Amino acid sequence: MGTLIKDLQFDELPYTFEALEPYIDALTMEIHYSRHHKAYFDNLQAATKGTEMAEMHLCELLKNISKYPVAVRNNGGGHYNHRLFWSVMSPNGGGLPQGSVAQAITNQFGTFESFKELFNNAAKTRFGSGWAWLCVKDDKSLCVCSTPNQDNPLMDVADCKGKPVLGLDVWEHAYYLKYQNKRPDYISAFWNVVNWEEVEKRYLKAIA
Amino acid sequence: MSFELPALPYASDALEPFISKETIDYHYGKHHNAYLTNLNKLIVGTEFEHASLDEIVSKSDGGIYNNGAQVWNHSFYWKCLSPKGGGQAGGKLLEAIVRDFGSFDAFKEQFTTAAATLFGAGWVWLSKDSSGLLHITKESNAGNPLKHALTPLLTIDVWEHAYYIDKRNLRPAYIEDFWKLVNWETPEGLYV
Ligand SMILES: [Fe+2]
Ligand SMILES: [Fe+2]
Repeated sequence: MGTLIKDLQFDELPYTFEALEPYIDALTMEIHYSRHHKAYFDNLQAATKGTEMAEMHLCELLKNISKYPVAVRNNGGGHYNHRLFWSVMSPNGGGLPQGSVAQAITNQFGTFESFKELFNNAAKTRFGSGWAWLCVKDDKSLCVCSTPNQDNPLMDVADCKGKPVLGLDVWEHAYYLKYQNKRPDYISAFWNVVNWEEVEKRYLKAIA
Repeated sequence: MSFELPALPYASDALEPFISKETIDYHYGKHHNAYLTNLNKLIVGTEFEHASLDEIVSKSDGGIYNNGAQVWNHSFYWKCLSPKGGGQAGGKLLEAIVRDFGSFDAFKEQFTTAAATLFGAGWVWLSKDSSGLLHITKESNAGNPLKHALTPLLTIDVWEHAYYIDKRNLRPAYIEDFWKLVNWETPEGLYV
């Protein structure tokens, strides 16, 4: 089940800063990864160092996050969410999902297009900062939802619960340099870089 | 009733080099304007159709509150800034600041910390309560002190859109420059 919080590394991005151009620009990627994500990672380490939390797995901590300090909620969520976000994008991404997750999406939402519309809407209507998600619920069905700030559906405090298999960062820092106030344009661009292979992997793991 | 975008109290490049014209053009021309357009659409056919903006902020919730409060907050934020701003509060307000925070510098430090540590999007406020006591509060997203029966005196917008073009991730640098622009006449006039 992976690494203890104290042993977590700040993983390299799986591609270069400019790899997602023109959909996500290199400068945004660089600041987002090296400044924002790095700050969440460092703050998570600082907030857990020398405590029982450092000996736990991040997912376990997130599940019971209401029992822990708010700095751990914000930065633990921030680290988890950004790590997932980098992995579900790829310069070879875009197009349509294949395999089991494609089937599950059609079963749950009727068509890929109606899923996309739900997800777009979740991302557009999240007021302030947050994330849009596709998750696998406990009963293994899929759901689309959004969470505020750096919360995520693994957290006991979240309105929607499940295992996230696709996530989109809709904090303004994720798109402001290229899209400014036009969040919907950023959301449409995102579909060109979605790494469906990774989403499929995460889906299979979530239903296993 | 339909609300209108209030004119900026200065030219869009007047706050340079601290806040760029580009930031103001997006912030005032796009963000503030979009909240206004949304509000005008949302109130049609509701109990708030003929309400004042203060009433909307005090009594509504959901989308009407979010957009109404964002209109209120931004109109007020522009008045809290000035190309001739900066320095220190004066008059009765300064007396109250010293009384409630110990010193002007202590107030500034508390307000700065609140603005730097507000997680996510939101606003930090200096307000007075009904007995004239001063309070610094952090409000997420569109949050406005009128909702808690406080009278707003001064605010800083810490949504990333307020500083991302000029300062990127460096919110503390934006807050530092904010102090160079504060139009103390606004809170001084309201603290009576
Ligand atoms: Fe982010
Ligand atoms: Fe703003």
